[in-house]
Formats: sequence, C-alpha cells, structure tokens
Amino acid sequence: MLEQQLVNGVVLGATYALFAIGFTLMFGVMGVINLTYGVYFALGAFAALWSTQGLDLPIWAALPVGALIAGLIAVVLDTLLLTRLRKAKAPELSSLMVTLGATLFLYAGMAAALGTEIRRFPAAVFSGGAYSLGDVRVGTTQLLILGAAIVLMLALLALVRGSRIGLAIRAVAENPDAASLMGINGALMLRVVSFLSGAIGGAAGVLVGLNFNAIQPFMGEHMMLRGFAVIIVGGLGDLRGALLAGLILGLAEVLTAAYLSSTLKDMIAFALLVATLWFRPLGLFGRAAAKRA
Amino acid sequence: MWEALDDFYWTYQSLIHAIGVNGILALSVYVVLAVGQLSLGQAAFMGVGAYTGALLTVKFGVPFGVSMVAAALVPALLALVVGGPTLRLTGVYLAIATIGLGEITRIVFLNWDYAGGALGLSSIPERGGVAAIYGTLAVLLVGLTLVARSRVGRAMEAMREDEAAAGVMGVNLPRYRLVALVVSSAMAGVAGCLSAHVSSFIGPNEYGFEAAVTILSYALLGGIGSPLAPVLGSTILTLLPEVLRPLADFRLMVNGLIIVLAVLFMPRGILPWRIARTG
Repeated sequence: MLEQQLVNGVVLGATYALFAIGFTLMFGVMGVINLTYGVYFALGAFAALWSTQGLDLPIWAALPVGALIAGLIAVVLDTLLLTRLRKAKAPELSSLMVTLGATLFLYAGMAAALGTEIRRFPAAVFSGGAYSLGDVRVGTTQLLILGAAIVLMLALLALVRGSRIGLAIRAVAENPDAASLMGINGALMLRVVSFLSGAIGGAAGVLVGLNFNAIQPFMGEHMMLRGFAVIIVGGLGDLRGALLAGLILGLAEVLTAAYLSSTLKDMIAFALLVATLWFRPLGLFGRAAAKRA
Repeated sequence: MWEALDDFYWTYQSLIHAIGVNGILALSVYVVLAVGQLSLGQAAFMGVGAYTGALLTVKFGVPFGVSMVAAALVPALLALVVGGPTLRLTGVYLAIATIGLGEITRIVFLNWDYAGGALGLSSIPERGGVAAIYGTLAVLLVGLTLVARSRVGRAMEAMREDEAAAGVMGVNLPRYRLVALVVSSAMAGVAGCLSAHVSSFIGPNEYGFEAAVTILSYALLGGIGSPLAPVLGSTILTLLPEVLRPLADFRLMVNGLIIVLAVLFMPRGILPWRIARTG
C-alpha cells in the first residue's frame, strides 16, 4: 500500500537526514571527511541503552544522554586526532586517513569491549501502540523518531543560520585565518562544531536503534554508506541538501524494497552516489566554491 | 637441509602465501597513493579479481593463465567506470566512491547464488602457488621501480607533493590519476586471483571495509618513497600477529593504531628514502 510505504519512507528518511546533517556540518566547517562519525552513532545508541537499563530513564531522557555522551567523545577524538594536522595545515587526505585508522581502532575496540551480539531496548521503552489514520498505521516510536528528528534539525539550522555562535561558525568555515583576525576563537568554534555533530550523530543512533530495536557496535558502519550518499547527493557541507537528500534516500529505499527487491534496496545509496558524481558532482545545492582539480 | 626447509614450508605455507599476496596488495595501493589519491576500493577490486578467477577456474575449467588475465581485466574495467567521474574532483570523492564500491560488491557477492551467495565458493583447485605469487611480486617490484625512476615517476611525485604545481608544469593530471587507479585495481585483482587459488576458498565478507583499511595500513606503515617500502610494511603487518601471538585478537586495533600513528608522527613511513631517478 503506497501511503503506508510513504510514511515509512519519510520516517527512515528523517533518520538518514539527521545522521547526515551532523556529518555534513563537520565537513562544512572543518573541511575533513571525519570517518569516526559512524562511531558516535553507535556510542550514542549504547549510552542511551545504558541509561534506560542501568538508570531506568525513560526514552525522552535517554535520548539527550546518548547525544551528550557522543558529543563529548567527538570533542575528545577531534582534539586527539586532528589538532596536530590542522596546525601543520596537512592535506585533507592525511586527515581522512587518520580518522580512518581511528575508526578501525574504535570499532575493533568496541566489539571487544561490548560484544558483537545485537542488544535491544527494554520493552518498557516501547509503551504506547500505534495510531491509525484511514489505512495508514503510524507507531509511537515512528512519531517519536520523526518529531525528534524535526526538532533537532530545526534547532541546528536555527543555531547555524540565526545565532551569533552560528555566525562565528560560518566565519570559521569560510576562512579560519580571517575569522581569527576578527576575534573569533577558532579552536573553541571547532570544539562546538565537534560537539554538535557528535551529539547529532549520537541522537541519530538512538533513534535508529529504536526504529529497528537493534544496537551493536558496527551499526554506524552500515549507516556511513548512506551518510556518504546523502552528503554527496546534497552537496558536501550543505545542511539543506543533506535534509532533502536524506528524505529522497529514505523514500527510495522503502519504495524499492516494497515494489522491487530488498537486495536492490541496499544498492540504492551507491547508485545515487555514483549518479551524482557522474552528472552533478557538486550535489543538489553544491556551490561552485567546492574545490576542483 | 632440504627436509628441514620442506618442514618449514609446510608449517608456514599459508603465512608464506599471505606475505606474497599482501605484498602485491601493498603495491596496488602504493600505485594510487603515489599520485596523491586514496582508494579504499582495493579490497573490492581484490574480491572482484578473486571471484572472476575462481569462477572461471571452477565453473569453466579454463587454464590458470587465462583466469589470471581475466582477474586483472575485470577489476580494471570496473575502475574505469568508478574512476571516470572522480577524475574531475579531488581525492575525497574517490575515497568515498571506492568505500561505496566496496560495500556494493560485497552485497552483489552475498546475493549472487551462482557464485555461492553467503556461503562463498569453496574447493577452488590449487594453482600457481608460491612460484606464481612471488614471481608476480618480483615482476611488479622491478616494473614499478623502473617506473618510479623514470620521468613518469617524477611526474607522480610532483602530483603527490603539489597537484596544482604539477598541473602547471604540464603533467596530465586526469590521465595519471585514471591510469594509476586502473593499474592498481588490476594488480589487486591479480592478488585476489592468486590468493583464491592457494586458499581454495573465497567468501563475500573477506573483501569488506576492514580488508581495505588493512591494505592501506601496509603502505602507510612502509611509506611510499619507493615500491620496496609498502612491501616491507605489508610483510611486517602480516608477520606481526604471528610473531606476537597475544596480539592476534587485536589485529584490527593494531592496524588502526598504526595508521593513526603513521600519519601523525611518521608521514613518510619506516622506509622514508626516495628512489634515485635516472630520467
């Protein structure tokens, strides 16, 4: 049934968009594809799981806890890995490789520490059933996911577009040296951005963990391919692009799975990625400022 | 004397094979890194080569030589398709596109029942062995050393150090990038074919993201100043878990840590010397 699939697609797309927004914010400001981003996704989910199980927190409280912890870890990792390269003005490939090595290290470490079996949120987290609208059923979890994704995205957009901190962040993204001459504390802004992206990634992890009710250390790895597709299709570093491309990917996946095959579903992300690179390399909202060789 | 060598060979057979195959893989990623690009698709290209060669041998019974040629050509063709769009863009796009490629080939192999699906292909006849592996490695080492010493090598190094300057000096950047990617994927395909024919089993999950990162760590540890450096890096990283048994469970963590430390503190690897040039 088409309406139901559209609802499912929008919910899935909202989580993709949320995930990609943090990812693309990181790229947009720091100019680095930070592969550790997938780790924050799993860390957020595990932190939320721990707070629902260990601290008996309800899910609306566990979500911020997951985001907060993921954000703090993002700040620590960014400082450890990238400060030195930034000082040396190393090429972007070095930064990419450092985060790659760190990602491998962290995934293997998480698998060793947390185990690779799939974990689930306690049943009590899922209280509340589903609402029916005509033939279309919408679960409470789905509504929570959609609501949280929309609120977080609007908050982030408002912060970046409409506040003084956002202005400072955009200035650093545009030109770090000029920004520091204008009295902006560039290092602090990078920490703020790391925290925000990590927190967004962590929140996305909690929501996706809820949606599939499955949490394991490698969940971010699976998500990163979608993340790449979304930020490339939307235009690297563009928040609106990530939003739109996330929804497109979510809908495309759900509709393919429903009407074509579930094998093809897993390839949609890559097909979108390659098609974009071929025909519109700068993405939907790409600016000409993107570096060309 | 020969008996002792024979015993040694039988005990460490798979390790001896792995060192040679990983050496070829290290050279394949070296070729891309040497022009300042980053490919995370080496594992995927290796998988495509392994499947191509193994399917030809198992299903069609073609001679090993033909399997090897096909195992080089098919990944090279794939590299042309994927590499095309990235020629116009900087390295990050190639890295992302090749990560995606790795995931997609894994899904294809996983769902391709003719090629064994999730179970993979087993009982691939043993062909080639040590002679083929080390013969290929030696030929590639000599060939790449000659290339590195020539005008082409100078152009590659110029691209790596400063792409814009190299372009201004007349280096045809897109052509170098594409040729490097195609050659490197053909090499990875050959390595896959060789390893499939000594281990007699291939499966869809052997050629994933972790394998790609491991291959990259070979070249980063060794350095890319000369073709010998990545081979040294791969030998060390292949031997390390064997020599330090307790490390074996943490192999991936060690690989990751090595990449981080190599980029941060040893950007030129452990064999930093550049090759002398004649051209």
